[in-house]
Order: sequence, then structure tokens, then C-alpha cells
Amino acid sequence: MPAGMADTSPLFSLENVRQARGDAVILRDLSVDIPRTEITALIGPSGSGKTSFLRLLNRLDDPVAGAIRFHGQPIDSYPVAALRRRVGFVFQQPALFAGTVADNLNIAVQLGGPEAQQDPLPIDRVLDAVELSPSFADRDTARLSGGEGQRVSIARALMTRPEVLLLDEPTSALDVEIADRLLRTISRLPAEYGVSVVMVTHRLYEARDMSTWTIMLDSGTVVEAGPTAQLFTAAANERTRAFLAVAK
Amino acid sequence: MIIPHAMLQDAVTPAIGTIAMLQDAATPATGIIDVSWTDLALSFALILVAIGVSRWRSLDLERGFVVGAIRAVVQLVAVGYILVYIFAVDQWWLVLLALAVMLLSATQAASRRARGRKPLRNDRKMLWKISGTSMLVGSGLTLAFVTQVLLRVEPWYEPQYLIPLFGMIVGNAMNATALAAERLASELESQRGQVEAYLALGATPARAAAEPERRAMTAALIPTINGLMTVGLVSLPGMMTGQILAGVSPLLAIRYQIVVMFMLVGATALTTAAVVLWYRRTFFTPAAQLSIRVPV
Repeated sequence: MPAGMADTSPLFSLENVRQARGDAVILRDLSVDIPRTEITALIGPSGSGKTSFLRLLNRLDDPVAGAIRFHGQPIDSYPVAALRRRVGFVFQQPALFAGTVADNLNIAVQLGGPEAQQDPLPIDRVLDAVELSPSFADRDTARLSGGEGQRVSIARALMTRPEVLLLDEPTSALDVEIADRLLRTISRLPAEYGVSVVMVTHRLYEARDMSTWTIMLDSGTVVEAGPTAQLFTAAANERTRAFLAVAK
Repeated sequence: MIIPHAMLQDAVTPAIGTIAMLQDAATPATGIIDVSWTDLALSFALILVAIGVSRWRSLDLERGFVVGAIRAVVQLVAVGYILVYIFAVDQWWLVLLALAVMLLSATQAASRRARGRKPLRNDRKMLWKISGTSMLVGSGLTLAFVTQVLLRVEPWYEPQYLIPLFGMIVGNAMNATALAAERLASELESQRGQVEAYLALGATPARAAAEPERRAMTAALIPTINGLMTVGLVSLPGMMTGQILAGVSPLLAIRYQIVVMFMLVGATALTTAAVVLWYRRTFFTPAAQLSIRVPV
């Protein structure tokens, strides 16, 4: 994007994306924009390709065909390490590194490149953002509960000062109560850290209550996308309506 | 231990014993009890004992013992005659050819064993190239150092030294290669979450795979270290045993053995490092994506 020009392009735009693993087609003819909004939810039945979709957005995978743009530029025109610092990813399972919580956050700073290193976020502040007390810094990651682990992995992703945070079913392994608390934390992140969140979820109320934009996937393609309120009250697509009705 | 100087002086004369035995197939080296073909036939009685045990305990291993024994005899007799021939012809190219054949069979065995059970992206041909080249570099450099710098054999291709030493080096390097490659693949697969967590933070593949690499190299090198720890306590190494049987002074035999052990350490470390670093690259795309074919 030339300097001085306002960037009005969507955060991500995907065009005719196809993803396959061996003979199995995972995503087909997938075209959709992800707007610059606070929280976008990716919903759909299991096996609809939600995680595979999310993995394309920080290039953990590349599609076999189609174009993906980030801020209007081809996603592969960004150096991959720089892209991944700007687009953080939180996995379904925490995937924490051995050592303490502080070790994990410091590794993210080391990997975060010059921007993250020059003015690193204070660990206390980041822990506070994910509602963990400062005493967690010295905890061994092997001794964390599922919910705590997921909070630490969100904190770790924040350390590189990303502008987008991709969350792959962050609450799927958690009890409902703990999941609710984590969701409240996540919904505060856009305001506090200026990040856009793109979140895969299989719990519809999560999408309904938290997101501003919802994308519905089925059988590897987008069947409907739009403002969450509209999609949940007056879905245009029959499959979306059926899915929402069954899932209720 | 204090070694009397005179004894060490005396011990230096005879050559590597086992090889000396083969040097002249017809006449055994002086002082060694000859093993005649009749004796060999008699030794088959020990195989019959094993077959008896198998029958008695219904192990169903009779066929294995017979086929194994026949293969061992055929292979060793063939190798014996080939060595006699190579020693007699005494040509550098023939020695190098023999080393190449040894390297190729080790490569074949290592890449077959390292493939693992799960369908990985990394195909056999690639693994073949990686293990072959790594063993060539690791074992070749070590052999060159030991024979040319340390023992200073004359002529440089002296088969009596090069062939058995290379055999030991390559045999160890082969085990280490198979272990390292198999372990690296399984670590990358089982630690996939961690590796991708690193990548997702902007880490290079080298950083992301550092822990699986470390574990693969450790797994490959520990048997060598254990070998150093127990040598002489649990058992006498084969080469040393052979030399002693052939009448070499144990004090020379141990010096050879020490050189051999250190040689194996060096060769294994070099080969393992080359295999792991190179093989790791095949698991990542240029865009730093972990590409293991997961069973869908």
C-alpha cells in the first residue's frame, strides 16, 4: 500500500480458495472477506473446514489454489515471519513450551523481532490482560490447568504485538464456566490491545454473544457471511438457518 | 595402570589379527589354532542345540535358525574370499570400490529402517540420499583422519586397515543414522503442536525444530556413549577379541580399541549432525510450514 493512502481494503480477503490434503478436498471455491472489525466468528458443523481456513490466515498452511490478501496485498508478499508476528495464532490445545510462564512470554518477545524487543510489553500487564495474577510468571507451564494454559497462550501471542489474533476453538477443551470467563477476557482484547480477533467456535452462543461479524462454513465453503446480529436473526441461507436451528 | 615400557615396545609388531587370519586363506597365522572345515561343520552342532530349544519350547524359530546359519556361512565365506582377492590384487580402486559397496549397503539398510511406520511426506529416495551422503561425509572424514593422520598407513589405501576400519565406522554410523532419522520424524510428528506454536510466533524452522532435533541427536548418540562407559567391563569388543585371539598383545589390542572407540564417536557425531540438520529441512516448506502428511 502506498504511503499516505488510507487502507480501506478488508483485513483479509479470500478468493476461490481451494485446500486439499492428498485426495481429500477440505476447502473449495471459498471466497469471503474478513472485515476490519473487532471479533469475527467462524462457525459451521465439524469437518466444515473452519480450522483449515484459520490456518491459512497466518500461513501455517498455504492453499493449493486461490488468492488470499492481507490488507489488500497478496499474503505471500509479506515475509512470513513478519506476517506471523502481526497475525498471532492461538491453538485449540495450548501448546506451551517447557519452562515457566515468563519463559514462554520471553520466547515470544525474542521471536517477535525488533518491534517486540525494543519496547517489550511488561509481563505483569499482559498477564493482567488475560486475568492471571503476576505470581503466574514463575509457574511451571506443566502445572497449569487447561484454562490457565489457554490464557498463557493468548498472553504469549500478545507479546509480539499482533494486530490480528486467530483463535482456534480456544474454549473447546474447557468447562463451560471456565470457558465463559475466558470468553469475557477475549472480548476485551480488541479494545485494550487494538487487535482484531478471528475466532473459530463450535458453540453458537459464543459467536452470537461476542462477535460483530460471522462467517458460516459448510462442506469446505462459505455459505453465508455478515453482521452477527443479522445472521443470527435472519439468515438468508437455508443451510445456515438449519444449522442454527439444530444447534440451538 | 602403569604399563611397562618394554611390553608396549614388543607389542607393536603384529598387524591387526583378524585380518591377518584372512590374509592367507591356506595357511593360518603363526601361533593360532586352525579352524578347519570339519571344525566348522562341528560348530553347527550349536545351531542344532538352538533348534532343539526352539522345538522344546515351541518357539517356531527352527526355520529362522537354519536360514540364518546358512546365510551367515554363505555371506562370510563370500566376504572372506573377496577380502583375500582384494588383499592379493592390492589396487587402490578396488579398495575404494569395496568401501563404496559397504557404504551403499549401509545406506540401504539405514534408510529402510528409518522410514518409520507412519506415512510421512519425506520419501524414501530423499532419505536414501540424505543418509548416504551424511555417512559418506561423516565416515569418510573419520576414516581419512584415522588412517592417514593417525596410523599413517602405507600405501594410503592399504586394504588390511581401510576395509575393517571402515566397516566398523559405517556400521555404527548406520545405526546412528537410522535412529536419528526415525526419531526426528516421530518427534516432529508428536511435537507438532509445539513446533507450530514456534512457527506461529515467527520462528524459523531451525528454531521451531530445535527440541526435536536435540532429542533425535541425543537418541542417536547415547548408544555410543554407553559403549564408551562399559567397554572392557561388560564385554571385550569384537575387534580386540579378534586381535587377542590372533596373538596380538592385549596392550596393543587396547590401543587399537581406544582409537577405534574414539573413531566411532567422531564418525557417529558427524554423521548424526549431518543427517538431522539435513533431514529436518525436508519437513518444512520454504514458507516455514511444517509439512508432515497427517493420515486424514
